[in-house]
Formats: sequence, C-alpha cells, structure tokens
Amino acid sequence: MRPFEYVRAETRDDAHRADGRIIAGGTNLLDLMKLQVETPERLLDVTRLDMHEIDEAENSVRIGALVTNSDLAAHPLIRKRYPVLSRALLAGASGQLRNKATTGGNLMQRTRCPYFYDTTQPCNKRAPGTGCQAIGGVNRILAILGTSDHCIATHPSDMAVGMRTLDARVEIETADGDTKLLPLDEFYRLPGDTPERETALEPGDLIVAVHLPDPPAGAQAYRKVRDRSSYAFALVSMGAVVSVENGKIASAAMAFGGLGPRPWRDHDAESVLEGETPSRALFDKAADVLLADAKGQGENDFKIPLTRRVVAAVLSDLTGVSQ
Amino acid sequence: MQITLSVNGESHALDIDPRTTLLDALRDHLDLTGSKKGCDHGQCGACTVHVNGRRINSCLALAVMHEGDEVTTIEGLGEPGNLSPLQAAFVRHDGFQCGYCTPGQIMSAKSMLEEFGNGWPSNVTDDLTAAPDFSDAEIKERMSGNLCRCSAYPGICRAIRDAAPDEGMHKTEAAE
Repeated sequence: MRPFEYVRAETRDDAHRADGRIIAGGTNLLDLMKLQVETPERLLDVTRLDMHEIDEAENSVRIGALVTNSDLAAHPLIRKRYPVLSRALLAGASGQLRNKATTGGNLMQRTRCPYFYDTTQPCNKRAPGTGCQAIGGVNRILAILGTSDHCIATHPSDMAVGMRTLDARVEIETADGDTKLLPLDEFYRLPGDTPERETALEPGDLIVAVHLPDPPAGAQAYRKVRDRSSYAFALVSMGAVVSVENGKIASAAMAFGGLGPRPWRDHDAESVLEGETPSRALFDKAADVLLADAKGQGENDFKIPLTRRVVAAVLSDLTGVSQ
Repeated sequence: MQITLSVNGESHALDIDPRTTLLDALRDHLDLTGSKKGCDHGQCGACTVHVNGRRINSCLALAVMHEGDEVTTIEGLGEPGNLSPLQAAFVRHDGFQCGYCTPGQIMSAKSMLEEFGNGWPSNVTDDLTAAPDFSDAEIKERMSGNLCRCSAYPGICRAIRDAAPDEGMHKTEAAE
C-alpha cells in the first residue's frame, strides 16, 4: 500500500475536501489500495459523521449513507416493503463484508474487471488512454450492454440493482452545501471515451443518503445467477416488481446486474409487458427489446441467452405463468 | 500515528503507520496471533474478529479507523482449560484439520449465531418476514465468508449446531 495521510472527518465540512478520497467501510477501497490500483494521497474517514439512520418519511424512506449493508438488509421496513432490496443485499458478499460495507460505499465500489485489477495490464479506467485488453481478452464476467470501444466493465453491485428496480435516488451534498437528488441512471455514467469517470459526483461532493419512494404495487423478486451458490459476483442478476390486475400486467419494473456499466434498466422492455397477458412468448418479446443492442465480447456471449432465460424465469414466478 | 485500541477489554496505546490494518495491528503490534492472515483481501475469513460485537474481516480494516471501538479476537473468547462453548464444540466435532482457518471460523460462527438470534434473514431464507429456520442450508450460507482448505465443513456445521444453545441462541425472533 502506498503511504497516505489519514484524516478523520468530524463534520460534513471536513468531508467536502476535494483533495481526499472518502473511506467508509473500506472493504473495496483497501483491497484496491493493497494492489496499488488505488493510490490516494489522503483518506477522509467519514465513519464518524451522522449518516447512520434509516428514516421513514411520507412517501419515502431515507437511508443514511453509512447504514451498513447488513443493517439495511435486516431492517424490518426494508424486509417488508422493499424485499427486492433486502434480497439483493443478501445475495452480495459475505456476512463479514456486509457488516462493514456501507450504502454509499456500495454504490461507489469499482468494477471487478481482471484488467482493472492487474496493474501490469493496460486499462482505460485505471490508466486512461492505455487501451482495453478486456475487449477480445478475458471477459467472461464483463458487460454486454452500454459498453464502448474503450471499456466493457460491469458495475458489480447487487444493492444498486435492487435500488434501480425501486427508482431510488442518491442524495448528494455539494461542497457549497447544496443538495442534489439523482436517480441511479443519472448518478452512473456510461463509459464512452472517459471510462475513468464513473459517476456524476464532482470534487467535494458527498453522498449523504439514498431515497426510496413508496414501493410500486406488485410482487418483488431478485434472482442472481453466479458461478457458485454463495459469495460470488453476478453473471446475470435481475430485480423485478410486477403487478397483475385482471389477468393483465399492470406495471413492471426490471433492473439487471452483470450486464452493463451501471445497474441496467430499459423502460422500453417494460412497456412491452404492460397491459398484456403474461405468457412465455410475451416475456421473450420483452427480452428481445432489452437485448436488442446487446454485444457479446466472446467469452461472455453466453450472457445473452442466459439473460433471456432469467427474464422468463423471474417473470414467470411473479405472474404465475408455468414455464 | 498515536492511537488507542481497545482489544478484549484492554486498552492499548499504539504508534502505527496509518496503513496498518487492524489484523496487522493485532498480530504484529499486540502479539495476538490467533487471528490469521490468509488471503489478506477479505475472501477467506481467517482474519475474522468482532468490532462492537459484529464480525468483520480485520484485513480490510485500518486500525486507525477503529479507535474507540471494542475489538474482540479469538483470545478474548476462551483459553486452554477454559474454552468457550464454540471452541469446545470445534474440538469435539473435528471442526478442523490444520486449524489455520479455525479462529476465523469460530469468531464468524459466534457472531453468525447472534445474527440468527436477532432474526436476520439470509440469501436462503424463504420468508423475509418470518424467523429463519436453523438449518444446515442457513448455516452454510451464513458461513460462506469462511473458507477451509482442509474441507472440514461437515465438522464445522456439527460444531456450530451443537454449540448454538450454549452460545445463547435458544430461539429466533421474527421481524416486526
């Protein structure tokens, strides 16, 4: 690990310094610092700040940025009203990691692309302009949607997929004291030709909370397909909320992990479902729209048919269609 | 940096580089070598300790960030001649072969039983709003952050089940 200055933020103002890297749970950042993928000169420890509460407000729940993944997953309100989020959190990492990992930190975790992790390899995200070896290389776990010629990394979070399904918004406090509320598709940037810029955060910004609106009507599910049954990243994961009224799908929300550089959501694919009678053929049509622009990179070609099957399985479960 | 670290109920003044992980502080500065370094990347669980009663990977924690916290290591659970119920059960049920992962397994198991007793669900819990069953499937899922290369998993599961009542897990609570 490279030397760094350790600064303990006692107030929010301390945390708005633009010249420091924020650390909370540290489960991903310290890992990357040991490998010298991350080499911050100054760490801002924000764990003493008052952002540990889950508050129920009218028509929303506000989750403090320092709420741990385990506390969030086990919270009675989340288990009861937002089970897709509890399930997504419980599908990620291990008991030890969930006890340390925070809500804000989970959003900010970095890709597990093997080239990003290997400092002897080129990587446009880690060392801009050096190229992407994952394209045409070892890319089994990498993205099929939202990629560019510069980067095909996936965002690894399960939690963020659950939150995207639920239309969560990230509350950001700027260095000037202003507040921004960004939906996750605005919070996360697509790689384009600047894959090193992953979020809309500006220097000095601090994530202070995540807001969940009232849950949409319908049944919720989270399905994660991975190489082993526990403690592994998703090859494909799917969060969904679907309501059926009078035999027709009244509303559907679907978000995906393992497919893109951010938790992936496609409203056009959801529109295919709405107002229709659930059937295997209908689910395939929705998958066609979702995957219209999907681009396999070789080793990860299997994700395209796998996603199709995950869509069919999850929607069948939620609508009672037998497969 | 000068810091004070509270470990197993005792306060220690340390002068450490900010890069020092909690694991290295315990092992190299306080001679508490029960916590083990396996992967040093949070994947194997051999370094598991409790911070304020919760299990964490001490290899992915900076010691300076845990000033004021209460750290418990395997040395704080029991000692030869006075083993904790889980430690005794691991011996009784052959919950290890080489023993390297054992302190992490036991620290993880102790905290896992508490999480269970508090009604926390897991990835294999069917009903998120009901008390989880104390099944082998639940134990395996909840212990998946602790690897054993000798593959003593059957003994580890038996030991955990056997020790659970003596570790205070008499019942589980449903969510409100």
